[in-house]
Amino acid sequence: MNIVVCVKYVPDATADRKFEDDYTVDRVGVDGLLSELDEYAVEQALQFREKREGEEITVTALTVGPEKAVDAVRKALQMGADSGVHVVDDAIAGSDYVATSLVLAKAVEKIRETAGSVDLVVCGMASTDAAGSVVPAMLAERLGLPQVTLASVVESQGDQVRIKRDSEGSTEVIGARLPIVLSVTDQSGEARYPSFKGIMAAKKKPLETYSLADLGVDASQVGLSVAWTQVEDTTARPPRTAGEIVTDEDGSGAGALVEFLASKKFI
Amino acid sequence: MSEVLVVIDHADGEVKKPTYELLTIARRLGEPAAVFFGSPDKGDAVAEKVKAYGAAKVYVVDDAQIKGFLVAPKAEALQQLAQKAGPAAILLPSTFEYKEVAARLAIKLESGLITDAVDVQEGGVTTQSVFAGNYTVRAKVTHGTPIITVKPNSAAPEQAEGAATVEAFTATVSEAARTAQVVATQPRQSTGRPELTEAAIVVSGGRGTGGNFEPVEGFADSLGAAVGASRAAVDSGWMPHAFQVGQTGKTVSPQLYVATGISGAIQHRAGMQTSKTIVAVNKDPEAPIFELVDFGVVGDLHTVLPAATEQVTARKG
Ligand SMILES: Cc1cc2nc3c(=O)[nH]c(=O)nc-3n(C[C@H](O)[C@H](O)[C@H](O)COP(=O)(O)OP(=O)(O)OC[C@H]3O[C@@H](n4cnc5c(N)ncnc54)[C@H](O)[C@@H]3O)c2cc1C
Ligand SMILES: Nc1ncnc2c1ncn2[C@@H]1O[C@H](COP(=O)(O)O)[C@@H](O)[C@H]1O
Repeated sequence: MNIVVCVKYVPDATADRKFEDDYTVDRVGVDGLLSELDEYAVEQALQFREKREGEEITVTALTVGPEKAVDAVRKALQMGADSGVHVVDDAIAGSDYVATSLVLAKAVEKIRETAGSVDLVVCGMASTDAAGSVVPAMLAERLGLPQVTLASVVESQGDQVRIKRDSEGSTEVIGARLPIVLSVTDQSGEARYPSFKGIMAAKKKPLETYSLADLGVDASQVGLSVAWTQVEDTTARPPRTAGEIVTDEDGSGAGALVEFLASKKFI
Repeated sequence: MSEVLVVIDHADGEVKKPTYELLTIARRLGEPAAVFFGSPDKGDAVAEKVKAYGAAKVYVVDDAQIKGFLVAPKAEALQQLAQKAGPAAILLPSTFEYKEVAARLAIKLESGLITDAVDVQEGGVTTQSVFAGNYTVRAKVTHGTPIITVKPNSAAPEQAEGAATVEAFTATVSEAARTAQVVATQPRQSTGRPELTEAAIVVSGGRGTGGNFEPVEGFADSLGAAVGASRAAVDSGWMPHAFQVGQTGKTVSPQLYVATGISGAIQHRAGMQTSKTIVAVNKDPEAPIFELVDFGVVGDLHTVLPAATEQVTARKG
């Protein structure tokens, strides 16, 4: 059985994230890392493998992104993935969801060709930069697979997968049969840290780099110039004007708070 | 004028407020045609509701064959409906479910997709709030039929009389789309408080509650507010995940957000930074949440909140 886990390299959320002059996300000037939410995807892919002892299961970490994005794949390898695939091509820069999902789908197909099958694609619930939560569904659409998303618990037996998730007004159990595209939330369980052994082992694991040509994708299908959406402008949020801060002494805080709320007509 | 398809957000035919916001926005782009996925016997009642917000048409898509399956059948149905109606745009509520429907639909229709818009203006220019609310981005779909998911509270619903002509639409749903299935659901107990994402006021508690949410809930109730929580409070098992505000919880943008016992980490801010007025109660004067507030109290929430609750109740009394 073969599992592909999609990992995105994103600018650090705790740094000052910003845009380039062409309104694409600055992916070079800001330190990047494996999206924290994709660590949960790697963790669930590894647990899927570990829970099914005796079966031959490989986990391949896949990223689409600039040179430095290979760090996201490396981290996944250090955590325990077996092999990595990095799709990098200057033409991809500025791609929107539609183009990114195309490249991811073609890469999954390529992995499928080499490995014989791809039975499970695991994604994070959202990337921490774009935060669309749409790539897994697009990938499923392109691959012609069911999508089972936002899992907080994943269980499997044979080709059956069951997940638990929180939906709008209820908790749901979803069932589907492999192959599927799965996405998992940060409720699915802490992601492991790479061990020293894992870090050393990762250096010897196979890591392939593909260009668009390797995937049979024409450069005219991706990138900023053909994006189906166009950014007109970006504006930094004006800093909030400093508010009034009072210190509660002998119960004065509550009165001041209520006074403020009343002055704003909230009471 | 071209139709603008508006997918109705509802629970069992109970139309939710974001639907009226979507209809209001749709009128800037064309003639709203509401799409109801549900039981046909509820179609007329739903039509009556959306009529008041300018729906010219209501497509009723019987969901008997698709209920209980995830996303894919709705995307197929909308594709077929779009091919028939040739809409100027398709607007959907920005819930996880409809974002995924929109994602599949975008591939099917070869159309650009914009998610989580907080505003849509004439000409289809959208506004999104990104990077934890630190930037706003204005963008436009430039290919195909614009597909836009819109967050709650993105417009004040404006009434306008529509014809609301009901039209049954029969979608052909493939077997392949009916694969991922809901095998069990457990409805969450209603708290009787307003819906978190729709509420005008939200009062949230964090690790600082120490697990006692009574002061938070009491204060929320005095203001008629929804209750929220930080991830620390959720991870500790004090509140269900459905109450979490932030990057991996709900995004809220109420008139008033009150953060109590919450430090104000970037991931929490991502879910509340666009609130109109922000108030915090925290015993640490250095807590980053104070950088955001219009009004802050440095103090213990366990004493400040009950006293404030009493005073609010007295004023309202
Ligand atoms: C990928 C990822 C996603 C995340 N998603 C989210 C998310 O969606 N939502 C979210 O909230 N967090 C999220 N987090 C976690 C976030 O980084 C913070 O850890 C979390 O928000 C902290 O919660 P807190 O403010 O309640 O706790 P703390 O940071 O521990 O702060 C507690 C605060 O309470 C104050 N306090 C203590 N006692 C009292 C008292 N008696 N009275 C008044 N004040 C008191 C303290 O001074 C302190 O400021 C995410 C993190 C990651 C890595
Ligand atoms: N460039 C990318 N490379 C690899 N995986 C990606 C990429 N973009 C998105 N994904 C996957 O899709 C998920 C959802 O992303 P998004 O739709 O951007 O929120 C992420 O958590 C990843 O698992």
